[in-house]
Amino acid sequence: MKKKNLLAIGLVFILSLTLVLSGCGNSSSGSSSDSSKSESSSSAALSGKLTIGGSTALQPLAAQAAKEFMEKNPDVQIEVQGGGSGTGLSETQAGNFDIGMSDVFAESKSNVDAKALKDYKVAVVGMTAAVNPKVGVKNLSKKDLQDVFTGKVKNWKDVGGKNQKITLVNRPDGSGTRATFDQFALDNKTPAEGITQDSTNTVKKIVAETPGAVGYMALSYFTANDDSVVKLSIDGVEASDANVASGEFPVWAYEHMYTKGEPSKLAKAFLDFMMSDDVQTKDVPAQGYLSVKDMKVERDATGKQTDK
Amino acid sequence: MIKNRITSNAGSALGGGRSPLINEKNFFARLTDRRSESRGKALIYCSALLMIIAVTAITLFLTLQGLRSFVVDHLNLWTFITGTEWYPDRANNPSFGAFPFIFGSLAVTFLAALIATPIAIGTAIFMAEIAQKWGTKIMQPVIEILVGIPSVVYGLIGLSIVAPFMRQHFGGSGFNLITGAIVVGVMILPTVASIAADSIRAVPDSLRQASYAIGATKWQTIWRVVIPASGSSLITAIVLGMSRAFGEALAVQMVIGNARNLPGSILDPAATLTTIITLSMGHTTTGSVLNDVLWSLGLILLLISYVFIVIVRYLAKRGEVR
Repeated sequence: MKKKNLLAIGLVFILSLTLVLSGCGNSSSGSSSDSSKSESSSSAALSGKLTIGGSTALQPLAAQAAKEFMEKNPDVQIEVQGGGSGTGLSETQAGNFDIGMSDVFAESKSNVDAKALKDYKVAVVGMTAAVNPKVGVKNLSKKDLQDVFTGKVKNWKDVGGKNQKITLVNRPDGSGTRATFDQFALDNKTPAEGITQDSTNTVKKIVAETPGAVGYMALSYFTANDDSVVKLSIDGVEASDANVASGEFPVWAYEHMYTKGEPSKLAKAFLDFMMSDDVQTKDVPAQGYLSVKDMKVERDATGKQTDK
Repeated sequence: MIKNRITSNAGSALGGGRSPLINEKNFFARLTDRRSESRGKALIYCSALLMIIAVTAITLFLTLQGLRSFVVDHLNLWTFITGTEWYPDRANNPSFGAFPFIFGSLAVTFLAALIATPIAIGTAIFMAEIAQKWGTKIMQPVIEILVGIPSVVYGLIGLSIVAPFMRQHFGGSGFNLITGAIVVGVMILPTVASIAADSIRAVPDSLRQASYAIGATKWQTIWRVVIPASGSSLITAIVLGMSRAFGEALAVQMVIGNARNLPGSILDPAATLTTIITLSMGHTTTGSVLNDVLWSLGLILLLISYVFIVIVRYLAKRGEVR
């Protein structure tokens, strides 16, 4: 009887182990069969399943475009997930996402082979500093802005505002917004320590409510009739869509979609749809982005800006 | 049918002289039979084993991932734990000093316990000693509701009420260590109160009666007899609350400010191990140094929670001996 008991325990152990292991293995094997399925469908009507994931900033636009794409192609199923830019790049490289969304160039992230990924720049996002309205500052020179964010200046009166202590609101490490702001507004200077928040809505709330607070966010979060935060001009150039498009306003970044190598037929069709006039002239501005087609300048992965 | 079975079992038991339940069927049939003893046993063994496997797997996985930053990325363990500069994004000379987060986590935990303990123990005494009927009928459900409120709700209340309150009365941005501790303190209050009430109820009535018999007042009985008698279980309640505070991420992240330098006072913004992990994890790529370092922070978090568990076990053992 004892022997049989041991056998039972052993069997149960093996059973639970296989359960755990199969749980681990499932995700990768499942998606690889999905992508092969979508490639094999060569008929005229598109069908299959696409998994898109990554940047939460780009997620609403991708979700909107996916919804319209699925209405046109009822046999296609597109799943849009968040997860962050880093997750988007890693999972695309691992083959778990068919399309990865990122706020930054893959070249700027370590442990991602940028050459293995194909880059599609689907939109442009401009950003600028947001200041609490009671500070009384609407424009700063780039040097003053850098002094504010690097902590050289601690009081707004030193840069032409009221006598009010400066409170910085930063973004977390690795965030695309932070990377863009650090690179193009602060010229790669390291910002001083302050409050750190990930969500743009929280940043906006904190800047609006805290005296002397300054943060930064995408231009779409500054709405026309909303004076809870001040949209800061840099060197006298207003942070408007037109100035970003002409290249006069420096703080902007591409929103990227990456595929691993050449995209599957279905992924290619979706990316073509993202670049079509339907999406670029309607959804892209509606979600607060600039169309890539409107840009008069372009940028490479190192941040060098050239006229188109 | 059951009756038939019993009689046949009885018959074979009488005839064979061996236990019929064991020899009746083969091993697999025993597993599939609804009434079988073995099937229930197998189910229970299975759940217990899965539990053990889960704990071992999580610990192993976290250890392997957490050690990557030292083995693969060659960071120095000592400078990682004691360093106070956290600049993983700095282009030249990135630095990974996790001490501000370890300090922040422990500071929030202990401050929260400091805030929650007096109120929680007071509530527990009220429920278990002073108003027993009222306590079990009304206070117990109220506390259970408080336990069930999701932490994001506590965070939102902290963000919209506690932080502006702190800003108005103490200056600064209102996002600081003490705001985080207040929010988490309120959050762990019901946990501590309900466990403390249970441990006070567990004190035998004979002690109370003896105390009254020698002329002690109600307050003297509570203060000199009931609380010392339930002493170590009360501390267990507090430690359990602290371990919940220690692991809390969302509510803290919304109010603590997440500044990555060492706070100079309780009115400075700070960060904890959990908040820095949740803030940065999604932005990192698998296998990058920042990703590995975040896993290391997770490993530290796990090790410190183990310490909390060891403390609880030790206290429980001491309570038994007494």
